[in-house]
Amino acid sequence: MEDLQRILAEHKFFKGLQQEYLDLIVGCASNVRFDAGQKIFSEGEEANQFYLIRTGKVAIELKAPGQREIILETLQEGDILGWSWLIPPYFWHYDGKALELTRMIAMDGKCLRSKCEQDHDLGYELLKRFSSIIVQRFEATRLQLLDVYGDRS
Amino acid sequence: MSAYILERKHFDTLLEALRERNYTIIAPVVKNNAIVLDEVTSVTQLPIGWTDEQSNGSYRLVKTDEPTVFQFAVGPQSVKRFLFPPIQKLFVTQKHSKGSNLSGSSEQGERKKKYAFLGIRPCELQAMKIQDRVFLEGPFVDPVYQMKRKDAFIIVVNCTRAGGTCFCTSMGSGPKANDGFDIALTEMYEQNQHYFVLESGSDRGEAMLKELKQGKEADGRVQRAGDRCQKAAEEMKKKIDITNLKDLLMQQVEHPQWEKVGSRCLSCANCTLVCPTCFCATVEDVTELSGATADRIRKWDSCFTLEFSYIHGGSVRTSVKSRYRQWVLHKLSTWVDQFGTYGCVGCGRCITWCPVGIDITEEVQKIRETSI
Amino acid sequence: MATDPKLETLKVEFKRNPMMPWPFRINRVKRETEDTFTIELQPSGDLEEFQFQPGQFNMLYVYGVGEIPISISGDPLQPRVLVHTTRAVGTVTKAMAKLRRGDIIGIRGPFGKPWPIENAVGQDIVFVAGGIGLAPLRPALYEVVEQRERFGKVVLLYGTRTPADVLFRQELEHWRARFDLEVFVTVDRAMSGWKGNVGVVTTLIPRAPFDPRNTVAFVCGPEVMMRFTAIELVKRGVNPNTIYVSLERNMKCAIGLCGHCQFGSYFVCKDGPVFPYSVIKDLLVKWEL
Repeated sequence: MEDLQRILAEHKFFKGLQQEYLDLIVGCASNVRFDAGQKIFSEGEEANQFYLIRTGKVAIELKAPGQREIILETLQEGDILGWSWLIPPYFWHYDGKALELTRMIAMDGKCLRSKCEQDHDLGYELLKRFSSIIVQRFEATRLQLLDVYGDRS
Repeated sequence: MSAYILERKHFDTLLEALRERNYTIIAPVVKNNAIVLDEVTSVTQLPIGWTDEQSNGSYRLVKTDEPTVFQFAVGPQSVKRFLFPPIQKLFVTQKHSKGSNLSGSSEQGERKKKYAFLGIRPCELQAMKIQDRVFLEGPFVDPVYQMKRKDAFIIVVNCTRAGGTCFCTSMGSGPKANDGFDIALTEMYEQNQHYFVLESGSDRGEAMLKELKQGKEADGRVQRAGDRCQKAAEEMKKKIDITNLKDLLMQQVEHPQWEKVGSRCLSCANCTLVCPTCFCATVEDVTELSGATADRIRKWDSCFTLEFSYIHGGSVRTSVKSRYRQWVLHKLSTWVDQFGTYGCVGCGRCITWCPVGIDITEEVQKIRETSI
Repeated sequence: MATDPKLETLKVEFKRNPMMPWPFRINRVKRETEDTFTIELQPSGDLEEFQFQPGQFNMLYVYGVGEIPISISGDPLQPRVLVHTTRAVGTVTKAMAKLRRGDIIGIRGPFGKPWPIENAVGQDIVFVAGGIGLAPLRPALYEVVEQRERFGKVVLLYGTRTPADVLFRQELEHWRARFDLEVFVTVDRAMSGWKGNVGVVTTLIPRAPFDPRNTVAFVCGPEVMMRFTAIELVKRGVNPNTIYVSLERNMKCAIGLCGHCQFGSYFVCKDGPVFPYSVIKDLLVKWEL
């Protein structure tokens, strides 16, 4: 428990969070591990967790009919994985797969969600942090969309 | 340096002196309803009695009763045409069985001509000085320009009459030339006296003037010539305020006036073609049909064309507004950073020869008055 | 063997006139990816070596087709072979891709301001390459690796379109295998099966192992990618004065006389193509300048 507390408290994502909220989050955190190739979550499943990646690499993938799965993005050590638990309608929009042996800290989103409904200050703190992650991913995605290395016409 | 008076009836002796020194004389002539520069051998070929009426988008030649020789402003061409030819072969490549063979620039094949420019205006002289900085004072020297420029003999004609679109006083380039010439002449026609005041500006100019048998030592009439030029300066209708212009224009890159003038501009490139300082060129490879030889040719180009800024994927300046803006910014702003002077000499050609009469002095003034 | 008098004249002309190309013979044309190829050239006649500095470019002339600027992508310490890597996307490059060993290409150059590697001595260096941008950076990488002890940490961040578009794979693996060089590669998209990173190259910057307070960055790629990369580097704390980018504009003469490559007051061919980001960052965001 102490080890998890330290890791979460030092991570820049949780910086500035009140101690009681931090304790709450640590309270619903646990260590998880996925082997190379193992599925972490599937598109359509209920989203009840989010993760902080400690080591390894995770691919966010999308299935399209008639094709192999497309990798949209990869995340690594230090990245936060999963925002679907906080934004309705609370299910995973993509598949998540470990590309190599991956260790993460999993946090109980379902429990946190109900706590956010009761304590809006907690809700605001978490939404602030997650929205900035979503914006970063969104801006990066826009750059990917530009296909800057492709043929310009 | 001294001054002389030469009566009109002896003017041909000046041309004789040039011919004796093997110069090819380039002077204004009337051709195709305009006054252009061409080779002459006698004073009778000059535009005697002709004058011009210039305004925004308009150029007219008018014949007068007076026997004046230089009573007009600038025409569509300038000396640039001779020092920086519109089409210039750089080299020829010949293909043969083992590969290809490059042979040097065609200047080796051209007859070596020494030019004497007779009758160019102070603004044109200023333009030559500006082009000297571009072609001779950078890290790379243009060998064609260098060869043609170094022997050129310059007889500049000071202006005693302001043209309809001139604004040389704003750019400090006229109506009287101060230096950079071999001989400066001012034509005086008044009270039935017709003579030229000649001033030397260099040793060889001085030598030539001393030799002119019919030249007389200067007298009080020199002062009158100076006054006449001063009057021309006062008559000038157009002006540009160049205070801090370089920075002002760079700061006004997003000004809505660019859009307004962009919607009028046809991007026809006339302005760049007539401008005496524009130096943009393109390099083309032209292969003979059989494929045996290929010429590398340098041709005048214009920043107004869409292809000018083309890189893979498209042109950088697709809108007409951005191309008009590029030209003005270059002429009146970035040129200063590149070459230490403004690129404009105030000759007014771009205003006269623009088919829709866009006036660079008006556009710049509007931007200055309504800067954002 | 008698000296060919035409070549003598040529040599003199060449020294005198930067508008005259020198004939080089093709040793090899190698296909790197679907649309990218590398040509290796050898100077012909009396010229034995071609000296250049990393970041400079040549004008390459294909007989009867045309002339274009291409960055030099070879090793500056191997001046007997001249190497260029380019995409086959226009008339001239497509014609060039069809040439074979023994064919002649006319070379004018080298032109332009090189990557200021001396400014990085004693500091960390981060190379950020996007797509074909890795080619103009490769000579700088060779030079830095050759004098490795003069620099701090050296990092290469390379982003390209898909795994099939990764350039110079062997070299990347060779560099990555060294203990004193870090190489990170990412692609914009990939099919499942790719075990590397997926995401734009800017995502590699926050985690890259260099000290932003003591770093020089050399960035090369499409202009949009360079803009966003510079912003991300500055966000991480790198001084904009020590971030260098390489620009591309239409070039005809490559000697600052034809006017085509102007970018604000700068002639990209002689004031660049390498510029400090701080000097041009305001111009980069002015549309159609």
